[in-house]
Parts: sequence; structure tokens; C-alpha cells
Amino acid sequence: MDHLLIAPVVLPALVAPFIIMAVRHHIDLQRIFSVASAVLLAAISVTLAAKAADGSVYVYELGDWPAPFGIVLVLDRLSGMMIVLTALLALPVLLYAIGSGWDTRGSNFHALFQFQLMGIMGAFLTGDAFNLFVFFEVLLIASYGLMIHSGGTRRFQAGVQYVVFNLLGSTLFLFALGTLYAVTGTLNMADLAVKVAQTPAEETALLRVAAVLLLLVFAIKAALLPLHFWLPSAYANAPMPVAALFAIMTKVGAYSILRIYTLVFGPEVEATNGLTQSWLLPAALLTLLAGAIGVLGSRKLGRLAAFGAISSMGTLLIAISLFTPAATAAALYYLVHSTLAAALLFLVADLVIERQGRWILPQLPMPQTGLISALFFAAAIALAGMPPLSGFLGKLLVLDATRNDTMATWIWGVILVGSLITILGMARAGSQLFWKGHGLPQETADEPGEVPAVAAPVAQLPFVACFGLLFGLVVLTVFAGPATRYAEATAAQLFTPTAYIETVLGTEAE
Amino acid sequence: MSLFLIAALPFLGAVFPALLIRAGRNAAASAAGFTTLLAFVGLMLHIPAVFRGDTVQASIDWLPALGLNANFFLDGLGFLFAAMILGIGLLIILYARFYLSREDPMGQFFCYLLLFQGAMVGIVLSDNILLLLVFWELTSLSSFLLIGYWKHLPEGRQGARMALAVTGSGGLAMIAGMLMLGHIVGSYDLSVILQNKDAIQASPLYLPALILILLGCFTKSAQFPFHFWLPHAMAAPTPVSAYLHSATMVKAGLFLMARLWPVLAGTPEWFYIVATTGLVTMLVGAMIALFKDDLKALLAFSTVSHLGLITMLLGFGTKIAAVVAVFHIINHATFKAALFMTAGIVDHEAGTRDIKRLGGLRHLMPVTFAIGTVAALSMAGIPPLNGFLSKEMMLEEAAHTTWYGSALLVPVLVTVAALFSAAYSFRFIAHVFLGPKRDDYPGHPHDPNTGMWIGPAFLVTLVVLIGLASAKIAGPLVATAAGAVIGGGELPYYSLKLWHGLTPALYMSIVAVIGGVVFLALHAQLTRIWTALPRPEAKQIFEALVRALTRTARVVTDGLHNGALTRYAAIMVTFTVIIGYAAYRGGTLGAATREMQTAGLLPVVGWFALVVSTLFIVAKHRNRLVALVLIGVVGLVVSMAFNYLSAPDLALTQISVEVVTIILMLLALNFMPKETPVETPLPTRLRDGAISVVAGLGAGGLIYALMMRDFAFPTISDYHLANSYKGGGGTNVVNVILVDFRGYDTFGEIIVLGIAAMVIFALTEAVLNSRVRAYLLNRKPDLPQAGDAHPLMMVVATRVMMPLALMVAAYIFFRGHNLPGGGFIAGLIAAIAIIMQYMASGFGWATERQRYPYHAIIGSGVLIAAATGMGAWFNGMPFLTSAFGYIHWEPLEEFEWATAALFDLGVFLAVVGAVLLALESLSRFAWQPGISSEHAMDINPARDEAAKTGTEG
Repeated sequence: MDHLLIAPVVLPALVAPFIIMAVRHHIDLQRIFSVASAVLLAAISVTLAAKAADGSVYVYELGDWPAPFGIVLVLDRLSGMMIVLTALLALPVLLYAIGSGWDTRGSNFHALFQFQLMGIMGAFLTGDAFNLFVFFEVLLIASYGLMIHSGGTRRFQAGVQYVVFNLLGSTLFLFALGTLYAVTGTLNMADLAVKVAQTPAEETALLRVAAVLLLLVFAIKAALLPLHFWLPSAYANAPMPVAALFAIMTKVGAYSILRIYTLVFGPEVEATNGLTQSWLLPAALLTLLAGAIGVLGSRKLGRLAAFGAISSMGTLLIAISLFTPAATAAALYYLVHSTLAAALLFLVADLVIERQGRWILPQLPMPQTGLISALFFAAAIALAGMPPLSGFLGKLLVLDATRNDTMATWIWGVILVGSLITILGMARAGSQLFWKGHGLPQETADEPGEVPAVAAPVAQLPFVACFGLLFGLVVLTVFAGPATRYAEATAAQLFTPTAYIETVLGTEAE
Repeated sequence: MSLFLIAALPFLGAVFPALLIRAGRNAAASAAGFTTLLAFVGLMLHIPAVFRGDTVQASIDWLPALGLNANFFLDGLGFLFAAMILGIGLLIILYARFYLSREDPMGQFFCYLLLFQGAMVGIVLSDNILLLLVFWELTSLSSFLLIGYWKHLPEGRQGARMALAVTGSGGLAMIAGMLMLGHIVGSYDLSVILQNKDAIQASPLYLPALILILLGCFTKSAQFPFHFWLPHAMAAPTPVSAYLHSATMVKAGLFLMARLWPVLAGTPEWFYIVATTGLVTMLVGAMIALFKDDLKALLAFSTVSHLGLITMLLGFGTKIAAVVAVFHIINHATFKAALFMTAGIVDHEAGTRDIKRLGGLRHLMPVTFAIGTVAALSMAGIPPLNGFLSKEMMLEEAAHTTWYGSALLVPVLVTVAALFSAAYSFRFIAHVFLGPKRDDYPGHPHDPNTGMWIGPAFLVTLVVLIGLASAKIAGPLVATAAGAVIGGGELPYYSLKLWHGLTPALYMSIVAVIGGVVFLALHAQLTRIWTALPRPEAKQIFEALVRALTRTARVVTDGLHNGALTRYAAIMVTFTVIIGYAAYRGGTLGAATREMQTAGLLPVVGWFALVVSTLFIVAKHRNRLVALVLIGVVGLVVSMAFNYLSAPDLALTQISVEVVTIILMLLALNFMPKETPVETPLPTRLRDGAISVVAGLGAGGLIYALMMRDFAFPTISDYHLANSYKGGGGTNVVNVILVDFRGYDTFGEIIVLGIAAMVIFALTEAVLNSRVRAYLLNRKPDLPQAGDAHPLMMVVATRVMMPLALMVAAYIFFRGHNLPGGGFIAGLIAAIAIIMQYMASGFGWATERQRYPYHAIIGSGVLIAAATGMGAWFNGMPFLTSAFGYIHWEPLEEFEWATAALFDLGVFLAVVGAVLLALESLSRFAWQPGISSEHAMDINPARDEAAKTGTEG
């Protein structure tokens, strides 16, 4: 058995306690270990994803207990993709946090960051429903710690809402797992799939409740309307680099929906048939609209970015809610895009906020305004789904994949109108922030990339981080062909879970 | 040159001006000009093939899954447009170099301009409609930057946003239309689509697709009623206006209509939508143009009008009309670009472009006068200029067109439009250049340097040459491009010449010109009538609309997300209950398989205590202390229930967790007022109460249903029971599950605990570094304090208890693997032992004797657990695989060793560290370095002096 499979969890789980134990008072050492860990994590994730890319499923039986009795980690295309995305997101975000000095504005940033990564990685790799709960807890509590990093009244208030709402979700998770276990007597996802498929038709009521409660838990994480209320103020008031990392957290919810509702409660399962069709798609459509309207109605930059993230989740959940291979492939492509785009927007928001405050108001041109406005422009068009960045391709893929659905008119209408509202909101904000200030007195001339004459010298690392994310978007655009091929293969694997189940339970024909 | 390169060159070139601007304005301009020239020459190399009637192609797969491929092709139509875009682009770059002032960031300008140029070239060369969409939206974005180029001007910003909103929304509609079109045909490749006229026009999706695509075209080409953005886009520097509104952006809509003409045109729907829109636009644009005093606004509305003219021609749906449309596209581009540049020169030199403040410039600016006059005459349709030719042909076509049974409607309206067109063209000449010289120009009008007038002069030369020798100069181009528009087949007969004989068109033309002169003469009177007429002001309507939309968005968003946690929770719970109930109703519930047990006295008492204390919590929750005590009661009952139900491990855990939690929460009360204020009105509370009752009943019902039924399948617990001793080396299956079967979960959970403590630390640290600390320290206690902070009895007792308690912890720890107990419980007990010292002897006393930082204890716990897990790797086993064995050392009894115990040690340490870090964080707010306080827990050092008499032991 290849121990590399558990490395994405164990590595940060070693680095974080080491940091709090040994180098708690040495920020430089913390940074070194943190970055080294992130780099290593990226390398490990890429290696693992490359292994899974051919469609094989790898199982890691913890404690050498066979499934379904112990806990297993499972690596397939989807988990491979998600861990790579996490690692590649974490690195620029971490660099940004270091470059901007955010990591020094409170204690234990790096330890919490590593724990957060551990939680996310664990959630993506686990093949056990209860273990998923455990990692949801890890990432929830770590994210709470990161969210209130450096303190302040607004942050604490938002933090309370965040943690209380998500604890409600955790309670729901326990109810769901309890019900699921009480019916099936197992917690291993592959085993659940087998048991759920065999559930007698006259005993489906409790199973259906369990299934739908589980979905609601994931929907909370994925910020589906009307369960999204925790997100706007939490993301808007969190330190922006942290919010950028959180771009992957909503994807944990989306991932879990995809995983559970293809593997366990797949489209062919009789017992849970028709559970989601009636409400998931409309809720996703409303999510998109609420996000877009929020972008237009935001008076603060952080909030604008938060609602942008919600609207992108709406688009993603629309594609997921159809549960067809084509729509899922589109969703996967869009997922990668929206994670990078939302993170970029949060980082750019921080660049602006650090220079001229959190309100979207016209102000005198700030240092490096040319570069920052260019980055904002890029992030805005990425999130609004305008060409030439991958958002447009993702949107086209989603539109294309949904065209045969009975709700196609609604889907298309909402996605396109949502895009328009987002564009209006972004244009308004950009024009206020970067243009209107030039009309104010004491105008100073600027050129793109001009060295700022005022303000203290700013480290270049934040810009490296932003351009790193932008580069990711460009790569995703240029190599859209291979990317969609991978997404299609992943979707195909998800919708034929036999190999997954047989590999985990060791029942495949040798 | 490869089509890829032609399309890519402007994008590549866009980088240079942005960088080279540091080398000076000339460097930036030359870089822009050079790349454009290169692309232009590359395009020209294709002349032989194109004029042979071939199409040049180039393709790469980009996103085959979607059918979006980087396919380019070049035919007559694409060639015509690409040539205009790049050719006029060159002239604009030259012009802009001299037009822009020293203060304008020229690097940015050329960068945006080339981006825009690249997007335009992309549109006209695309052989894939999705690729075309990409470029289409890119033109919207890059024009947004260009129009808003003068950031300091509010008109520029508003115009840019308006243009983006209008063309952007049209673009979005077009996305839907194009996807439908591709859906009908089964391919997004233009070359395939163009072969499928019948399939498209027979499809039920034809009309929606047509409308959506036309929305895109009409918004882009400023057709009525979307025309209003174009004049406001004039806030851009004049080179931008000249480029966007003569040759490029607004022509993109026309291009697309021409491109798709073979498959979309020819139906009544097409005719009535396109021709009517074009006709109305032509008329409305021409009328408004006459009454605009701003030179650029006049030209803007005249552009609207001419775009309407071309749209109308395409809308007629006849081949010959399509040919005329192509011809007029060429002519309009030449004279309109020249006119815009002329307007720019006037503005630049005279300092204003308000017609009312101009006049008599022919004496001061003879060259400009010559250029402007020729171009304006062409626009008016005066022979022998090229405008006359295409206008004649247009009038000829209009004369034959019947609209809804009326043969007169179109010719009459077209003549009226032509009349207005002639009038505003004459006004451009008469009121700017003719008339007496004035002495109140804001600037000092004079002819500009050669760089600025050479471009328009070249275009005006073309105007004249095409007019005089159209068949020779423009003939082949028109034929090739028109051939591409009508999509194969024979070109209809037409002839490009000045004299067609005494045709209806000639009479209409004469009427128009004479009428134009008359209207100019009557301009003052007409203006009075015009001003008196009520007419909607598009900009105000649009801005009111956007403002209203923004305000609504703000109200909706802020109203929806008002920050009230109770409401969020209420919505979430309600939603969950509804969805859960619906799911339940959708399935069937099997019969209960278990008997209802009879309740003994003890459970009933416990239940009663639980219910009563819960009800009391509801009643008394505003008093935090009382609520906390009652919560403690609930916890105790629950742990007794665990014990009663034969779950000693759970009971032990529950009770120790309960103790620790209540202590920590009591400490946290120090940060808060004693009472919670009433913040919600009664109805809200009733609503929330009702929701919680329903949710509680739902949860109860669910649990009841579960407990009355057996598992539908054999559970994994049987395996755990069977293998606990054999494989895990322990007889306490609960502990073996915790440290072995599911040790990975435990590993996660101790990390959760550790992080939670770190978060508490961070929270209190942040709070105590703020002014909250002073506030807390100076707060007067609202209740009388206990007189004796360190009761002697308690101090002594706790110190005696310490070793005993630690022994118990050790005992619980070691027996854990086989009997109830384990690292988690042991950790809590050890923590309680230490907490007692803090409580009895004070924070300062305890801290002084505390050698290991709690952070490090947590870290070491997690590290030990992880290291134990990794130890298995060296044995070739997976993470957390346990090993155990038995050792017999004389004279000791045989005892067991297990790696699980080491893992449990990690759990123990993490728990101890986490609890104590939380405790330390919550209680240290009164503590300052150097003050070894004598007060228990340092709750409040300001307590009365009497308390000090209770001394330490």
C-alpha cells in the first residue's frame, strides 16, 4: 500500500503542531515551514492526481482494518482533482498572506492555516461518511480561527454568526449520520452505496430523510439559498486572504453533494428517487440571482467579493443539480475556475482595502493603481464569466450541458441575466474605485506599472500571488480541451461507481 | 500569413505600448502602428486567394467537448472587414499619436486600442460562432476601457458603463441565440451552419434564436431602441470615436447580420424585424442628428442613422439589397472616419466642438475645411462622391419595397430620412466652416500638423476616387464581399456608376437634397419646434433604471442579509423541516420491529428532571448564570442515562466533559453582562418558539422511528465486537474503536479540540489587547462578591487532591484499553485536577508553577498521536495500524503493551493542553506580568480589602 495517499492529511497535521510547539514565537520560521509544507503538499497532490488520472481507484485502509469496518481513504479522479486544486490555491494565498503581513496580525496564523488544509484534504480523500463529519469539524473550527484572525468587533460578530450557523449544520450532520447508520448499519460510503441500493422498497422513508438531511448539510457548506446566510458577512469580514482560501470551502460542500449523490444516492437508486429534482435546481437558480444582486448592491468591497462567490456557487450548483454526466463535467470545469476566480477577487479586494479602505467609494488614486485596477478587471471578468478567461468557457459549458433539460429556459435566463447583473455591479464598483478618484482634486498622473511615488514600499509578494492565480485561470482557458476531457472522464467515473465500490470493498473480480 | 497570426498580432502588440511607454510616446505609437501594419500586410497577402473566391482557413482544436474550436476563415466579407479594421486602425494610430496630449497615458491608450482591434479582427475571421462570441464580448470589454479612457470625466465613466450594459446584455442574449443555432445545426462551425438554411428556418427554435441573435446585433450596432448608448460613448477621445463608430464596433452587428444573412434572411420574420428596425433607426437617427449642437453628437446620430440604413438593406432580404449594403458599409467607413477625425481636429484646435460657438473656420483651417466638406458632401449623398452612389442604390431598392401591403411607406420614410441626412451634412459644413470669422473661439484655430490631417485626407481621397471610378476601385471588393454575404450563387446584376438614368431614386435624391437645403435654412425655426416637443431623454431613463436597479439590489440584499442570526437560523430550520418532511412523505415507513419498553421509576425521574430543567432554561435563559447551571443539570441527567443504559464509557466522558465545559463557560461569563437583554418583539419570539417546537417534534419523531426499528442490514458493530480483542488487543470495544478501529476519527477530533483552544486563546488575546480589558477591569460587580477568595479549606483540600486526582487519571488512562476509561477521559480528569489549583489558589500562583506552555502540550499531543500512526509505516502497515503484545517481567504480572496506548497518550496530552489553554485564556484578563495575584482565579483584583484577610496557606 502506498502511504503517499495519506500524506496530504498527515503532512499539515505534523507541520501545524510542530509550529505551535517549537516555533510559536518565530514568525520567520513559521513562514518557512508553512510555505515548505504548502509546496510539498502541492507536489504530493499532483503526484497523487497523476496516479488517479488513468481512472484507477486507490484505497488506503487506516489501521489496516478492511472496509467497511475501519476507515478508508479513497483516491479517484475527483478527489485527485480536488486536492490538487486545494494545494494550488493554498500556495498563492499563503504567499499573499505573508507578503501582505496578514499572518503577523494575530497569533497562530500558520498553524491554523495548516490545520485548515488538513481538514480540506481529509474531507476530499475520505471514503467514510462519519470521517467526513470529523473533517468538516476540523475545517470548520480551523476556518473559524482563521476568520477571526487579528480580531476586531465586526470580525467577531460575523464570526459568531459563522460558527453558530455552521454548528447548526454539524448538528444536522449528526442527525443525518445517525439516521443513516440506524437504517443501514454502516458508515463506509461504498458500503452505504451497496446497502442503500438493496433497501427494501417499503422502508425508504427514513433513508430518504437521512439522504435529504445530508444534502442540506452539504448545501449549507455550499451556500445554497436559503442556507447561505452565514457566508456574506463571514467572508466579507474575514481577513481577505483567508476569504480567498475559503473559496475552496464552499467547494467542499459541492464536492460532497457530487460524491454522495452519485455514489450512494445515485440517479438510479429507487429509494431516493425524486428527492432533489423539485427544489435543488430552483434553489440554485435563486442562489445565483441572490449572489448577482448582492454584487450590484454591495457597498463594501469584501461584501462584493462574497456575493460574487455566492453567485458562482449558484452556477456551479445549477450544473450539479442536474446529475447528468455532461452537466457534471461542466460543473467540474466551472468548479476549478470559480475557485481560482473567487480567490483572485478576494486577494485583489485586499490590495484595494489595504490602500484605501473597505468602502466602494471614489478616492484619490492609490499607489500602484494601474496594476491593481488591471487585476481587478481580470478578476471581475473572470467571476462574471466574460471572455477571454475560463469563466466564459465554464458558463458556455454549463449552458450547453443544460440545454435539453425541461427547465432549460429558466436556467439559461437566470445564468445570462445573473451575468448581466454581475457585470453591472463589477463595472460600477471598478469605475467608482479606479476611475472616479481621478476626477477628485489633487490629481496625480499614473501609468500602468508606474512605480508609486507615495506610500511606503510594498512587497511584491502579494502581486506574485495574484498573478499566480491569474496564471492559473489563463492555463485553464488555454488548455480548456484537456481540462474538459479530464472533467468528462471524472464525471464518467462518478456515474459508474462500480469500480469505486468494488475496489473499496475488495470485491472486484481478480 | 496564417490567420492565427493575423488575429493574434494585435493582442501581442497590445503588450508593447503598455511597456514601451517608458521609452516615450513615439515608441509606444510606433509599436502599435508596426504590429497593425504587420497584420495588415499579412492580410493583404491573402488578396489573390480571396479574390479568386477561395476561403482561407486555419483551425486548432480548443474545446472540442463543447464544439468551441479556434477555427478561422477568411472570405470576401471577412477580408473587407478585416481590411477596414486594420487599415483605418493604422490611420487612427497615427492620428491619435498627435491628438492625445502629454497628460494622457498614451501607453494605456494604445494597449486598449490594440486589444479592441484584436477582438474586432477576431470577430470577422471566426469560423466558429462560439469563438465569435468570445471576441464579441471582448469588444464590449475593451470598448468599455476605451470609452472610459478619460477617467476623470463623469461622462466618460457613465458612457462606458452604459455602452457595456447595453452591448453586454445584447451579447448575453446572443450567447443564448448562438447556442440555439448550434443546437439546431449540430455544429458551431460557421461553414457548416451556412450550409443549413432549410434546417434552421424550419426549426421551431428559429424565431427565438433569430430574436436573441438580433438583440446582440442591434445593441452592438446601436439600432433603435438601443441606439442611445452610442452618442454617450462620444465622451471618449475622438480617435476612439472615429475608430469605434465608423469602421469597427458598431459595424460588428452589421457584420454578423451579413455573415448569417444566407441562413437567417429571407423569411417574413427577418424582413419585419430587421428592415423595420433599420428604417426606424435611420429616420430617428437622422432627425436627432440635425438638432445636435455637439459636433461629435451630430456625427454619432448620423452614424446611428447610417447603421439603420445598412440594417434596413440587409433586412430587405434580397440579394441586390445585400450588395448595396456591402457597398455602403465601405463608403460609410471612409467618409465617417474622415468626419470624426475632422471633428477631432476642430475640437483640438478651436478648443470646442459646440457648433454654436464655431463658424468661419474655412479661413483659419483651409485644409481641414477641404477634408470635412468633401466627406460631409459624400454623407449628404452629393455626386460624384461615393456616398451618392450607394445612397442612390439604396433609394432604388427602397422604392421597390412593399411593407405590410403598403408600397409607399418605405420610399416616403426613406426619402424623409435622406432629407434630414442631407440637412445635417450641410449644417456640418455651413455652421462650422462657412459664415463669418468669429473672434471668440476658445482656442486658436489653425490647421493641425501633417500627422493629424494626413489620415482623413487619405480617406477623403478614397471618397472621391470611389465616387468617380467606383467599378474599377471598389468593384472587385464589393463583388467579392457581396458574394460572401449572399452565400454562393450568382451575384445579381448591378452596376456601380454615377448615372443610372431618370429613375425614381434620382427624384427621391433630388427631393432630399433640396429639402436638406431648405431645412438648413429653416434650422433656427425647426430647432424651436424640436425643443418644444416632448421627447424621452434616453440617458436619464437609463440612469434612473440603473439607479433603481442598484437601489433595489441594495434593499433586497441588505434586507435579506440583515445580520439577525435568529432569523437566519429560523429560515434554516424551517427549510430543513419542510424538506425533511417532504422526503419522509415521499417514501414508505416499514412496520416497527421492536417492542415498546415499559418505563421504570428511575428513567421517569430522569426524564422528568430533563424536561423540567429544559423548561426552566427556556424561562430563565436571560439570566446567564442560571441558564448555565440548568444546562449542567441536563448534562448530568444525560450522563446518568448513559450509565443506566450500560454505557459507562460514555457516561464517564459525558460527566467529565460536562464539568470542564461548565467551568469554562462560567469563566466566559466574566466577559459578559449577567443578563441578556430582550431584543426581539413578542411575535418574533412566538414565531421562533413555534419553529423550534415543530423542529423538536420532528427530531423526536425521527429518533422514535429509528429506535423502534432494527437495522435493515447487519451492522459493522458485530465485526468490532468480534475483533476488538483479537485484532485490537483490548476488551473495551469502545476504547478500541476510539484508538484503533476509528483512531483516525479520534486523531481528527483531538485536533478539533486543540484548534478550539487556540481559537479561544486568539479570541481572548484580541479582546484583551483592545480597550475591552480596561472596561472589564473597571466594571463594578453587579452582584455582591464572595467574601473569601481563597478559602483555606479549599486551598488545602485541592492541593491534597492533586496527586490523588492525577493518580485517578493515570488509572483511568491505563485501564482504558480493557475497561471503561481511556486517554480522553483521563485527560479531562487531569485537567480538572489542575483547574482546581487555579480555582483555589489563584491564577498567578498556578501560572508561576506551570512550566510547559499549553500550546506546546497540545502540539506534542497531536505530534505523538501522529508519530504513533506513522510508526506503522516502518512496519509496512498503513497509518495508525496498532501493534500489541504481552510482556512478562518478574516479579511483575504479565502485562500488555500496545501502540494504541501511545496514541492514547497523544489524546491525553492534547485534551489536557486544550482544556488548560482555554482556561488560561479565559481567566488571564485580570493578570498582568509581575503581579502575582493573591486572588483566586483573578476574577477581580479590585475586590474589597476584606477579601485579602483570607490569606493563602
